[in-house]
Amino acid sequence: MTTEAVAAPAKILPDSGFSAWLRLRFLPVAVIVLAIIVFWYVMVAVLNAPFQRQLFATAGQDYGTTDLIVATMDQERPVLPSPHQVVAEIWKTTVETPVTSKRSLVYHGWVTLSSTLVGFVLGTLLGVGLAVLIVHSRTLDKSLMPWVISSQTIPILAIAPMIIVVLNAVGITGLLPKAFISTYLSFFPVTVGVVTGLRSPEIIHLDLMRTYSATPSQVFWKLRLPAAIPFLFTSMKVAIAASLVGAIVGELPTGAVAGLGARLLAGSYYGQTVQIWSALVAAALMAAVLIMIVEAADRRVRARMGVRA
Amino acid sequence: MAKVIPLETRSMTEARPTSRTSVIDISKLSLTFETTDGPVHALKDIDLAIGKGDFVSFIGPSGCGKTTLLRVIADLERQTAGSITVNGTTPEMARLNRAYGYVFQAPALYPWRTIARNVALPLEIMGLPKSEQDTRVRRNMELVNLQGFEKKFPWQLSGGMQQRASIARALAVEPDLLLMDEPFGALDEIVRDHLNEQLLKLWAKTEKTVVFVTHSIPEAVYLSTKIVVMSPRPGRIHDIVESNLPRGPRPLDIRETPEFLKIAHRVREGLRAGHSYDD
Repeated sequence: MTTEAVAAPAKILPDSGFSAWLRLRFLPVAVIVLAIIVFWYVMVAVLNAPFQRQLFATAGQDYGTTDLIVATMDQERPVLPSPHQVVAEIWKTTVETPVTSKRSLVYHGWVTLSSTLVGFVLGTLLGVGLAVLIVHSRTLDKSLMPWVISSQTIPILAIAPMIIVVLNAVGITGLLPKAFISTYLSFFPVTVGVVTGLRSPEIIHLDLMRTYSATPSQVFWKLRLPAAIPFLFTSMKVAIAASLVGAIVGELPTGAVAGLGARLLAGSYYGQTVQIWSALVAAALMAAVLIMIVEAADRRVRARMGVRA
Repeated sequence: MAKVIPLETRSMTEARPTSRTSVIDISKLSLTFETTDGPVHALKDIDLAIGKGDFVSFIGPSGCGKTTLLRVIADLERQTAGSITVNGTTPEMARLNRAYGYVFQAPALYPWRTIARNVALPLEIMGLPKSEQDTRVRRNMELVNLQGFEKKFPWQLSGGMQQRASIARALAVEPDLLLMDEPFGALDEIVRDHLNEQLLKLWAKTEKTVVFVTHSIPEAVYLSTKIVVMSPRPGRIHDIVESNLPRGPRPLDIRETPEFLKIAHRVREGLRAGHSYDD
């Protein structure tokens, strides 16, 4: 009997496999998404109700609370479109519209994505380049760093039209001006992160290099750069999101005809809130995917660098 | 009790600073760090000669400058007065000639390199051909009993194994002079005994000159042919004890012999006398 009194060991839940993925990864995300959707629907009812009451009153129609709430979900130009309206709009403009059409969200998304990626690559290169200069020269550290920081205090909305106009004047049009705005926003986190990373080696690791009479470039390639890699990836996650914001902002003041920014602008001209929100959701999804790609690259590099899993 | 080096010896050392058998010659060397709280005399009037093939230990309480002295030899610090030659040249020239291998208190392995690639690091910097690198890595990893761990990353090894890897890395340079700064300080006693024994065997086999910093009396006496007892504030040499224990590999049991205990006693007395309690 006493042996039975010893309870079976508590069932230890596995931390790999499908059920673990469901429990550890899917469930927490799903709960939050669900909460957001519920909150969204509540806000749809609250925000759209006043206009709906007017509509009912104008039509001289009697209505109950249920009628009111249901009606708020499917207005043509709602203050806040409901999630299913946005999903339907996205479905219509991606799957049901050919990619070549000016109404295709895929087309507009690609326009924004291409300048985001160009801007991100340029921004990362510029950021790393500046960081290398700053770390290797005291003078540049003193002279460059204040400019790097103050560059980010200027509102991007104020400077974006000027960048576009100036570049247009010298004959640079199309993708590059928008990409440069992405660059402008994305180089900063990279510079700051990589400067920290390049300065992160411990004294003892630097002393070791000194005992080998290593040249500054050997110290850079064999010590400083590998030490900065984790910092670089963290910065790149911030930078790619900033690049997307930059690309969208770059499309706003220029009257661009294509891109998610242009969709936002057109939507607001014509009161097409469903179109605005579907562009917003598309931009958010795009940002999430981009960050996931950077994270995947980060994981691969870390695995190769022997970081404990 | 013999205190510091007799004056006669001192003038002789100065007369022939690049003696054929002398690897390190230090004369009237002082090092003062300027801090905001005023000057700190890390080393004061150090006179020392280390001969080829010697195993010399610096022992003393923390703050006596033993690590600083080792770092001056390695050109990681510069003296503010006096002179020092390593292999007959300045420490800087010796460093640029890669005349020494340095083992730090911590393994200081680069976490993103495998053990074999860590051992190969100095060889890459020296620009040795790949085949020569591979040969030296294999040879030196065998020397410290780490064969089979080439592809592991540092975190996958115990502290003792990591420190052995760092010794293999220093040996891979194939220097005649090995500078070791409390290399076994962070390890437990059993591992330390084992590594001490291995180190002594290695030294006997390769006939390198070893300068070894420690704060353990048994370790210093067990390993050394010459023990330099240092005292703090200012860091100076209090006593130099020549060991009459046999050169070459020594059994660990030697630590219970009367000869061993006699030397250990003299070192302990030196440490006690040199330690200032007035502050």
